[in-house]
Amino acid sequence: MTAKPSASAVNRYFGAPVTRNEDPALLTGQALFVDDLVLADLWHAAFLRSPHAHARIESIDVSAAKAHDGVLAVYTAEDLGDFWQSVPLVVPPPPIPNSVFNKHTQVPLAKDKVRYAGEPVALVVAESRYVAEDALADIVVDYAPLPVAADLERSAAEDAPEVHDGLAGNVAAHVHQAKGDYAAALAAAATVVRRRFTYDHGMAQPMETRGVVAQFDRKTRRLTVWATTQAPASLRTGLAALLGLGERDVRVVAPFVGGGFGAKLLMYYAEYLVISWAALQLGRAVKWIEDRGEHFLATSQERSQIHEAEMALDEEGRILGIKDVVLHDNGAYNPYGLTVPLNSQCSVLGLYDVPAYDSTFTAIFTNKPLVAPYRGAGRAHGTFVIERLMDIAARELGLDRAEIRRRNLIPHDAFPVKQEIMFQDFAELTYDSGNYAPVLERTLELIGYEAFVNEEQPALRAAGRRVGLGLVCYIEGTGIGPYEGARVQIQANGRIAVATGIGSQGQGHFTVFAQIAADHLGVSPREVDVTTGDTDQFYWGAGTFASRGAVVAGNAVHEAASAVREKTLALAAEHLGCAPSEVVLEDGMAKRASGRPDEEIALGALAVLANPMRGAVKPGTEPGLEATRYFGPEGGTMACGAHAMIVEVDPETLMIEIKKFVVVHDCGTVINPLLVEGQIHGGVAQGIGNAFYEHLVFDDDAQLLNATFADYLIPTSLDVPRMVLDHQVTPSTRNELGIKGVGEAGAIPVGPLFAQALEDALELPARGVDVLEIPLSPNRLWELVNEASQDN
Amino acid sequence: MELKGQQRIAAPRQKVWQSLNDPNVLKACIPGCESLTQDGDSAFDAVVRAKVGPVRAKFSGRVELSDIRPPESYRISGQGKGGAAGVAKGSAQVSLAEDGDATLLDYVVTADVGGKLAQVGSRLVQSTANKYATDFFARFGDIVTGAVPLEALAGEAPVPAKAAAPAVTAAAPPAAADANTAHLRRLNWALLALVAVLIGYILATH
Repeated sequence: MTAKPSASAVNRYFGAPVTRNEDPALLTGQALFVDDLVLADLWHAAFLRSPHAHARIESIDVSAAKAHDGVLAVYTAEDLGDFWQSVPLVVPPPPIPNSVFNKHTQVPLAKDKVRYAGEPVALVVAESRYVAEDALADIVVDYAPLPVAADLERSAAEDAPEVHDGLAGNVAAHVHQAKGDYAAALAAAATVVRRRFTYDHGMAQPMETRGVVAQFDRKTRRLTVWATTQAPASLRTGLAALLGLGERDVRVVAPFVGGGFGAKLLMYYAEYLVISWAALQLGRAVKWIEDRGEHFLATSQERSQIHEAEMALDEEGRILGIKDVVLHDNGAYNPYGLTVPLNSQCSVLGLYDVPAYDSTFTAIFTNKPLVAPYRGAGRAHGTFVIERLMDIAARELGLDRAEIRRRNLIPHDAFPVKQEIMFQDFAELTYDSGNYAPVLERTLELIGYEAFVNEEQPALRAAGRRVGLGLVCYIEGTGIGPYEGARVQIQANGRIAVATGIGSQGQGHFTVFAQIAADHLGVSPREVDVTTGDTDQFYWGAGTFASRGAVVAGNAVHEAASAVREKTLALAAEHLGCAPSEVVLEDGMAKRASGRPDEEIALGALAVLANPMRGAVKPGTEPGLEATRYFGPEGGTMACGAHAMIVEVDPETLMIEIKKFVVVHDCGTVINPLLVEGQIHGGVAQGIGNAFYEHLVFDDDAQLLNATFADYLIPTSLDVPRMVLDHQVTPSTRNELGIKGVGEAGAIPVGPLFAQALEDALELPARGVDVLEIPLSPNRLWELVNEASQDN
Repeated sequence: MELKGQQRIAAPRQKVWQSLNDPNVLKACIPGCESLTQDGDSAFDAVVRAKVGPVRAKFSGRVELSDIRPPESYRISGQGKGGAAGVAKGSAQVSLAEDGDATLLDYVVTADVGGKLAQVGSRLVQSTANKYATDFFARFGDIVTGAVPLEALAGEAPVPAKAAAPAVTAAAPPAAADANTAHLRRLNWALLALVAVLIGYILATH
């Protein structure tokens, strides 16, 4: 919170708890979401989706649907011509030696074969959504059901049904990464703990589901696409290529988007492609808004991994090495490359000193919906493994769970730490900076660890209460490249315009980018208008993901605003007849320091001077008070934190009540503590959902059985406790502002936190039962308790 | 999903068998059955309107009879397509045994649903099946025993369950007093009904 945007700017707003610029519009219903668009000649689309998880399409008869009153068009794969193709990979696999990657990406509409229940098969465009959905019922598809690859392990068998014909064993990817000598570590170990872990992550449930409106203007020959995307610039580039248009002929706008969490990242969602294609065909505007039932099938999920993991330790409880063999449920297609399992692989190292690591993962195609990053993006799976191994090792060695962690933390003087394996950004996994011990100690202090373990818990147990404590640590790789850019401009009305290419889904970009620019230019953040996610406003960009928006785009805003500051100082100095070093920018004015009151000029007036109608712009200069800068970090920056929780379990119902929840976090320099806290609150809520409520239940035919909020439980405000938060600040060394991402921190470690706390509350380890899975639930706890009772 | 159950029908086995193979009787007994036509010796095409929780659909399907051993048993299996509502497939092994003047009907049903029916309705399938089975057997019993003429049930309007002594009663299981068993029996009924429904829409397929 002490870093300055630049040496010469006054640091007023950077680091301050500024309330959000975007909230007045959001809270008064004035913000534009995709579904709010009012356009002339707007037609409505609905998709026919496969009811089978795996089937051959024998025939499709759309004649009755086409004849339906009010229907404009009905399309199947056969109608798409050259547009029908397997879409490009969003993220190609990193160049890890000897790895296997079998690319099978989704298609716009299924042809010949459907590979998951919910896959789009046909599109109806009609005068209203009602008519479109009615017409779906008139489409007759003759399916020949095929055996289904549903269960992850069974789908990996050589004789399993083939999701993609000819791919025996359904191997989507196979990757081995290692550091150090694990065999030697194992040979030297005093203790080895081995367990099999199953971690299932659900799916994002943003308040706003996905949606797209595409409009092709026959006269300007431009296609405009409003979409709930986290990556508007990438979607623009991809759509142009797939549709055979120039990139400048396509504009993608991500207006206000009601939550993304990764699920709106996958750029080449079939619906976005087909709706855009249809708009181009029809020369009209076409709209599709996903309903919640569709969202459960057609939007990416994260789902399961199975880890066979072992940890070798010396007699002091210091880690000598970790070995992990992972199966990853990939779903039917792999457009997002290896990001999720690779994040899991990297997260298993945690914030501990692990001299030897041997990790292999195999990603398996199954007849289930797409798997792509969802807040945490595989980090939760990996963190579960390392934190559970720590707990189990502590028990075997008779060590306190805090003490075994303390002994293994990477020491402060070891940074930067090179982990010798490749991260999702294709660079070596590197911990740029960190100071882990104070994070752990502060967490212990805030949860009241010693008092709880030594006094409160024994007393409560004696009174028949089932209370437990959880304590876990985590790392969060954030702020990866490739780059983002920003344009900062002083406008004639004195307001500052900031444009970036990333999309915004509620993070607070309209505020943090304004704070960064405001300090450079001597204005209030309220005078900074931020535009994100309109490719006509800012052309270049990658997108909002991997906890990178503030880090990467924030530093680009910082550099661009700094350049505008220099231009402004130079022009003001010329105008005021002094040296640039004598000019100060404050309250929207450029003033001569210690000058007379009239020796000042408003920023807006300077902007007019910078754009003259006569005279000449000097060679080597540019018109306007504007600058565009790009920032590309050499690699990600590593944030960290610890969570602690005290929970009570009802002995009858096995329902839980969270008594206290502590998060201590280090995301480097903080731009806005209010927003950091908001990110953590939301992340923890989703983490709690993952740990104890949310579970996508598929049957043996890979049919999702709980695609409603009556059956797929999301924690409510009653289930999410107030949190005690604290920040440690270890600035990143990979960007000038020293910031690290925080978007996923809250969600990552809640699984192992619950596992440990509930084990503790129910005294399961003493009865020989380990909690080796997530999600849990009252039902599952009952089974585990029962298992413990039967065994003893 | 697998359902098992037994029904005692107050009619001779031959009569029950004939009725089980009579499209007109089946059509009258299957709730929501709009049409049921025989196609060959052992297959039916059917159209059934069904509702599972919030999912309403018109199922068209084909039901086939196999392993036919008159008047003792047959296997009825089929698939139904409900358009946007999803798909259902299932089969039932039905056997008839004489019990004095009455007939014991045993069934084992397996059924699977897919698409929206599974996603939204899976939690409701058993209870819905229960209701459909209840309706099916109430009507079937009425018709087979002659309590209600077939014509009276052939119309569109569902026939209210008769207040008079039911013609069909669940056979008393050995542990009839056991509440759990009673519950299971009800479930079985429901399952049977479900089976009937499934058969209906299986029949309705195509």
